[in-house]
Amino acid sequence: MERRRIILSGSGGQGVITAAIILAETAILYEGLNAVQSQAYGPEARGGASRSDVIISDTDILFPKVVQPNILVCLTQEAYDKFSGLIRPGGFLLTDSHYVKQNEKIDARQIELDMYTEVMNKIGKPIVFNICVLGVLITFIKLVNPKSIMKVLETRIPPSFLQFNRDALDLGIKMAENYSAKVAG
Amino acid sequence: MKKDIVFVQGNEACVRGALYAGLDFFAGYPITPSTEIAELLSEHLPAKKGKFIQMEDEISSMCAIIGASLTGKKVMTATSGPGFSLKQEALGFAVMTETPCVIVDVQRGGPSTGLPTSGSQGDVMQARWGIHGDHAIIVLTASNGQDVFAMTVEAFNLAEIFRTPVILLLDEVVGHTRERLVEPKAGEINVVERLRTSVPEGTDYHPYLPREDGRLPMSDFGGTHRHNITGLAHDMWGFPSNKPDVVYGLMHHLVDKIETHVNEITRIKEFFVEDAECLLVSYGSAARTALHIVKNRRARGEKLGLLELQTLWPFPARLVRERCSSANHIIVVEMNMGQILGEVKKAVENPERVFLANKIDGGFITPTDVLNFIRITQGKGV
Repeated sequence: MERRRIILSGSGGQGVITAAIILAETAILYEGLNAVQSQAYGPEARGGASRSDVIISDTDILFPKVVQPNILVCLTQEAYDKFSGLIRPGGFLLTDSHYVKQNEKIDARQIELDMYTEVMNKIGKPIVFNICVLGVLITFIKLVNPKSIMKVLETRIPPSFLQFNRDALDLGIKMAENYSAKVAG
Repeated sequence: MKKDIVFVQGNEACVRGALYAGLDFFAGYPITPSTEIAELLSEHLPAKKGKFIQMEDEISSMCAIIGASLTGKKVMTATSGPGFSLKQEALGFAVMTETPCVIVDVQRGGPSTGLPTSGSQGDVMQARWGIHGDHAIIVLTASNGQDVFAMTVEAFNLAEIFRTPVILLLDEVVGHTRERLVEPKAGEINVVERLRTSVPEGTDYHPYLPREDGRLPMSDFGGTHRHNITGLAHDMWGFPSNKPDVVYGLMHHLVDKIETHVNEITRIKEFFVEDAECLLVSYGSAARTALHIVKNRRARGEKLGLLELQTLWPFPARLVRERCSSANHIIVVEMNMGQILGEVKKAVENPERVFLANKIDGGFITPTDVLNFIRITQGKGV
């Protein structure tokens, strides 16, 4: 498989680091792949532009950081302004239109979806925003199976919150599918 | 899902390795980037009937593990640069009293409070010479979670075998990177237990009289035998002595018990070393970057190799000299200003072929950084 070099970015508290850990753990435990995850630990981890790197591969991963992502997710304008220049030409860049205004000069396949607003309208819990983003991401780019993500969530989340997460993941998957259908149609 | 595969940080791999090795007692004071070690042990150690104490500072943490070790427990503390500095005095006491213990230093940028959240390998010489007085010490390191687990177990084993503090020198990148760990099953890695004296109660026990093989069987302090433990130069009874012949014997014993067992203590990993024209020497997280380059360049037919050191002290000089003998260039990849570079230069013939590829700005050394250094040594420029 082509090595996936992913940066998930946003502001502290949006859950980008949790999403990165869930994605990497899913790849390792349920997809038979290799993955590493790391994150910026500086003051930026508490507000400002927070960032987590994930590499997914079917071979050994030695250098653990992402220098030039082929997949980039930006959930705030600050994160977009800071990291969008890093993307590998032709890479995949996902933003949330509630937070980010995209710049047309970026050489990437840029997709924006109003994930935050949808999560608030349909589920009403901002805490599962990151899971919706994951749902969108894994639908556009085949990284891991959604069922595997739910298996990881089951080990990490109190049972009373599982349904919100399941709904958020499904919402993300549907948003991505609808977007693709619209583009194709 | 296989039960023995977990996705954890290097710091957690260290915790799991310590529990595997039979850790009984941990005393520490949390500090970034080592905090996860204390945090996780505060949960897991009491669960297996061990003791976890968060002390008032790093000095008392070090003293507490020495005390616990002398009563027969397997002990560990974990810290980072600023805390490691504070531990030096008590570390010297552990060397002098030959107390088995494991000190984890998850290195960050220094000196002083430095760069709390950035990786560095600046404590290599401090680990060797941070305490005063002639002595020998064992320092291990690792570049990934799997090796962190194995080297943690190794640290406990060597501490018991050689009755010495063993320093496990990790760094922020290895400590915080999450990756796959396949947990070894019980018995898969050898675990060395404490060598206790067979001297019966009521018979004289000499705590510092080495056996013929140089090892010193211990007696749990406060148990069967009354004996003295002091940081002063001491005789075989453990009582202070300044007699030249006693001091001479003690000093030689402290150094020789480790320096004459370099081969036994040395752990290395070799990648394409044999026919390497350009040989990288690296350790810890920097070795990941080095191996990344070696594998990529080998695929293009370039003769690069990597010698990854997992034992830093005692420095395996003879082995390094031998492995470096046929390389045109030797490039030491480390995140400091050349702490192992100097040792490699001392070890090899024609030290003018040894170069440093480093990074000291808090960032993690990248393949491009190292490639640029290699190009310069090859006369190609950047």
